[in-house]
Order: sequence, then structure tokens, then C-alpha cells
Amino acid sequence: MSEPNNIEALVTQPYKYGFTTEVETDSVPPGLNEDIIRMISAKKGEPEFMLEWRLKAYRHWLTMKEPTWANVKYPPIDYQKIVYFSSPKMKTDRPRSLDEVDPKILETYEKLGIPLREQERLAGVAVDAVFDSVSVGTTFKERLAELGIIFCSFSEAVREHPDLVSKYLGTVVPPTDNFFAALNSAVFSDGSFCYVPKGVTCPMELSTYFRINAQDTGQFERTLIIADEGSFVSYLEGCTAPIRDSNQLHAAVVELVALDNAQIKYSTVQNWYPGDKEGRGGIYNFVTKRGKCLGVNSKISWTQLETGSAITWKYPSCLLVGDGSVGEFYSVAVTNNRQQADTGTKMIHIGKNTRSTIVSKGISAGQGQNTYRGMVKILNGAEGARNYSQCDSMLIGDRCGAHTFPMLEVKNSTAQVEHEATTSKIGEDQIFYCRQRGLSSEDAVSMIVNGFCKEVFRELPLEFAVEAQKLLSISLEGSVG
Amino acid sequence: MSLLIIKNLEAGIPGKQILRGINLEIRPGEVHAIMGPNGSGKSTLAQVLAGRDTYEVTGGEVLFDGKNLLELEPEERAAAGLFLAFQYPVEIPGVSNLTFLRASLNSIRKQHGLDELDAFDFLENVRGKMKLLDMPEALLNRAVNAGFSGGEKKRNEILQMAVLEPRLAILDETDSGLDIDALKAVANGVNAMRSPERSFLVVTHYQRLLNHIVPDFVHVMSGGRIVRSGDKNLALELEQKGYSELDEQAVSELVR
Repeated sequence: MSEPNNIEALVTQPYKYGFTTEVETDSVPPGLNEDIIRMISAKKGEPEFMLEWRLKAYRHWLTMKEPTWANVKYPPIDYQKIVYFSSPKMKTDRPRSLDEVDPKILETYEKLGIPLREQERLAGVAVDAVFDSVSVGTTFKERLAELGIIFCSFSEAVREHPDLVSKYLGTVVPPTDNFFAALNSAVFSDGSFCYVPKGVTCPMELSTYFRINAQDTGQFERTLIIADEGSFVSYLEGCTAPIRDSNQLHAAVVELVALDNAQIKYSTVQNWYPGDKEGRGGIYNFVTKRGKCLGVNSKISWTQLETGSAITWKYPSCLLVGDGSVGEFYSVAVTNNRQQADTGTKMIHIGKNTRSTIVSKGISAGQGQNTYRGMVKILNGAEGARNYSQCDSMLIGDRCGAHTFPMLEVKNSTAQVEHEATTSKIGEDQIFYCRQRGLSSEDAVSMIVNGFCKEVFRELPLEFAVEAQKLLSISLEGSVG
Repeated sequence: MSLLIIKNLEAGIPGKQILRGINLEIRPGEVHAIMGPNGSGKSTLAQVLAGRDTYEVTGGEVLFDGKNLLELEPEERAAAGLFLAFQYPVEIPGVSNLTFLRASLNSIRKQHGLDELDAFDFLENVRGKMKLLDMPEALLNRAVNAGFSGGEKKRNEILQMAVLEPRLAILDETDSGLDIDALKAVANGVNAMRSPERSFLVVTHYQRLLNHIVPDFVHVMSGGRIVRSGDKNLALELEQKGYSELDEQAVSELVR
């Protein structure tokens, strides 16, 4: 067998979440203007402050230009062709329980391996299911409420907890932050909201499962998680979409706030439709994620496995404001076929003795292009700050690319900053070595890649670590023969 | 019956022939040593037997236990009982030695239709082997060869051999880069594995390894051929005379 050619061949596994669900939808006409925004706000029955917030963001967005600095290429997006709100028609406006949710939608989640009904009975994970623009159901809500934990759709939070929402919304990612964040702020439709009160350790994983179904629709969700003093929460998001020829835009915003001694662990398994082998279709995943370690000794940890999307543009970041606060970023990004990823993190050290760790693993196969872009900024007052960064790239085949753009800005001389980077190629040497010991090529690649990602996978919640390994094998299947 | 029969084996890389007609027969339980100067084709022979596709076989045949070895994929050769201790063992970061060894053994067992060993049975098995080789158990939890010293890498090869229990073990310059203590440890490991059923092909540049692993036969390679064969005394003779004298002699023998 000739290794290099076979290494190219691994991408044959069809995307298995690519089905569509036939449901009647309630959509707004395509295009974006103030009327559309008023319509979205009205559909959601929002209080006045929310509409004002959206309109302000929209007016600012109009003055902004789409960023072009990322190392990705795509044809211009026509923002007037996108449908900004699409929701499956429901028997009632706001389903009170899963019994009121369209069975077809429940079926969809079952097919995706997330049976919402069983999930209700199984202990362990509470799920908020977001279908196109709306949340269709949240499990375990009552049990969590007994502990004072609020876990609900963003829409519900706006209606039921406007004080919390208005206090924290936009404090981490302001509506003016960047082009896509401003767009999201204007049109965001739903997402998850979570508040963990003082001293409470959330007893189960909280999770949101995002599903894009309708065609020509953008998904613009917003997630806000607040961990009050001394609390802990672990949150996981998963994403899939049907196979379609045209590209779809997903521009989400995630804001995390950790107060004194609080901890938020945020994990992502992103498996949006990546497009076909020739690069037709797929999701544009342009996402702004940021956490603010506001309190002393608070901690925010991002773990992400990015295997899907035609283009990924995201930099889950930490603002380390509180003294002694800790930011972490563990990432595995896989690009296969024609996928492009420009991802990384920003760690902004503001408080004293703040610490951050960055471990980024990029895997490129096929003609995939994988870019790590990171910034570590240590401000004047960040006495004794420390950062450790490690960026490793792995290439499979000879038509893919790996790029690294690390930026360091250190304004305090007591800071310690370390950066390590490696690039390796799954070589014939490694594969032959494994085969000589009796392993097949495919098992060899799977073992080598999983070994490469181990430092990141061990950060994932146990329930998802196994799933992540499987997903990784599937994403790379066929790239080695 | 012979375990390995090599007949007129010719192989090389595009545009360059390296092996020019190798003939060799190894019976069960025998230890054969192949010596020769740099570039004589020793390592190529080892790699071709293991199925490295960098080399193209252009002539001859190889029978392993009566089967056409050259038709088998590398992992099938491993399952058939052929083991190569690499001259340069490969690093696999993030994969522990234990995981790797167990996956290897189970993959081979599976190819034989045997049940996989569970983690406990396997650990017991591998612990016994490590004791035999006098290797620290901590080595099991380290990533395969990553950050290992030269000596540790070579001993790790011998550990893998001990766990996989091959019928033919090819040691490709296992002695290179070893100090005398490491050399002894490796040799002890190999000697402990010697049995009437198991054969060895020891590829080496120097005679000193053969003081510790005493071969039944010694072959000298030059220019892609085996130019002389003898018993262990041939190695001693080489040590005294050096390869250059032998080359001249070999050439004159061939011309004659």
C-alpha cells in the first residue's frame, strides 16, 4: 500500500446527523431591518428594555464592517437573504411540558441520541433543546429549582428573570464588541440561561443541544451563565444540522460570569454539518464566547472539540479580573476535506496573581486548513500573572495546512509567560510501527490521534469523553487506509 | 521444517537496488546473526521482511512457516509471529505503553480468533515479563518511547517482544547506542526468550553483542548479498580483520 495516498482517503463516513425534520414553521420574512427586529421581539413577548437593546445593537452593526483578518476564505454573505427567525409551530405558544412539544421534534432529538423524555428520567444531565430559533424544552428544571438554580431558555429568562438578565447581559460581550456579536445582539432568538446561586454546586451536568433544521435560516442564540459566589457548574453544548447545499450562518454569543470563588466549566462538542468533500454547503460557525472571572479566585475553563462546520471562527476567551482568578482553554479542532478553522483564545490578565493555561490541538486532514490564533495579554496591574500555552498541530496527508498565530503582550515585569508549539505529521513511521505490532492502519491512526488529543479529552466531562473519542474517529475515518 | 526460507530475494527503492539475491534459511530455535558494513543492506533486509512499503521487492521469494510472506500485510506478518525490534523505535505521544501493548496483543489474538485479554489478565501477564527483563513498572504508564533514553527505547522493544511472544524476532541493530549495562540487559532479555520454538535474526554491526547473545550461525552481508556464512567464530574473525579485508576477499571469491 502506498501510505500518502491512503492517508488522503479517510474521509468517507457520511455525516450521520444530516436528516431534516418536516415540521410547520413560523418564520419571519428573509432580510434584516428594524421591523424584523421588532417582529422577533414581539413574537417572544419581550419587555421594552430588550427591544431597545436589540435596536441599539442593530444601529451599531450597520456602522460596522465584516472582519476579514481571519485565515479563512468564503464568498460574501448576503445578510438580506437570511431568515432571522424560524420556529416550529407549537400547539401552544410556550409548551409547559414535553407533552405539548410536537412529537416530530421529540423524535428528532431521539434520532440525535438525546431522548428528551428519557433524559427527564435518567439522572445526570439536564438538557435545554434549541430547535432553530427557539428552545423546545428544558429537562430537570424543577429539580434544579429546588436548589435555587435557574436553568431555562433565554426567552423565558428575559420574561421571568428580567433583573438578572439586564444586570449581566452584554457585560462580557458588549453589543458593540464585533461584527457578529453586534448582529447576534440585534436578532438573537433563543439560547440557554443559567444562574447558580451562592455556595451551590450544581449536582448534574447542564447542557444545551442546538439543532438547525430550517433552510436559509441563521441560528443566532445567546447563552448567559452566571455562577454566584462559591458556586460550581459544568455545562456542555452540542450542535448538529441537516445536510444542505447552501451555507448557513450560525452566529452565537456566549457570556459567562464567575463571581468570588466560583467555577464554570464550559465544554463544547461542535459537530455542525461540515459540507461535502468538494466544500459545498456546511455551517459558517462565527461565534463569540467569552468568560469574565469577576470575583477573586474564580475560575473559568473552556474545553472544546470542534469537528464540524465548513468554517469555524471562534475564540473562547477569559477576562481575568479578580485577583487569583484562573482561565483555561483546552481545544481540539479537526479540519478535514475543505473545512477551515480559525480558532484559539484570548487570556486577558487584569488582576494580581491570575493564571491561565492554553492547550490547543489542531488536526488537519484532506485539504483542511487549521489556524490557531491566540492572545495572551498581561496588563500593568497583573502582578505575578502566569500563563502557559501549548499549541500542537498534526497533519494527516500532504494537502492540508496548519497555521499558528500566537500573540503575547506583557506589561508587567513580574509576569511569567511560557509558550510551546509543535507540528507533527502522522508519519508512515508511526503507522508502520503500529502495524508491525499487529494493529491495522485505521486502529493505528485512531490511537495516534487520540493520544495527541489526550490532554484535552481528559478535561471533558466523563460522559462525553468517550463520545468525543468516537466522534474524532468518525471525522477522520477514511483519511488513512 | 524451516521457519523462514529466503530465496534469491531482491529489493530496493526506485532507481536503486539494495538487496541483490539473498538466500537464508532459519530453523526453529536457531539464532542467526547478520553482520556487515554500513550500507550492505542489513537493515533493508530486516525492513523488507517486516513489510515496509518504502522498499519494493523485485525478485525472489520468502516463505514463513510455509506461507508466502511477501503477500501479507505488515499486521498479518505480525500476527503470523514475525517481530521486528526497530533500530529507531518510534514515539507515540499520549499513548501509554500499557495501552499500546494491550492493543497490540489483543489485535494479534483477534487475528487468531482468540478472546481479548481483559485489563487485569493483561497486567498480570506484562508484569511477569517486566520482572523477567528487570524493567521498572513505571515504564508502563509512560507514553510509548516518548522521552525515553536510547537504552530505555531498546529495552522497550524487548519488552514488546516478550509480550507478543513471536516465532521469529528480528533485532535490527538493537545494540547500537547502548552502554554496556543496557547491552547486557537487552541480551539477558533475549536469552530468556530463547526456546526450541523461537528463532532470532540478530542484525548487528559489532561483534560485542554476540558475546552476550551467542549465535548458532553468523552471516556476513556485503553489497546486498550474503558473502560468507559460518559459526560464531566468524564474528570473532571479522572483529580482528575488519570488513574491508573481508570485502576484498569476498570480491575475489565472487570473481573466481
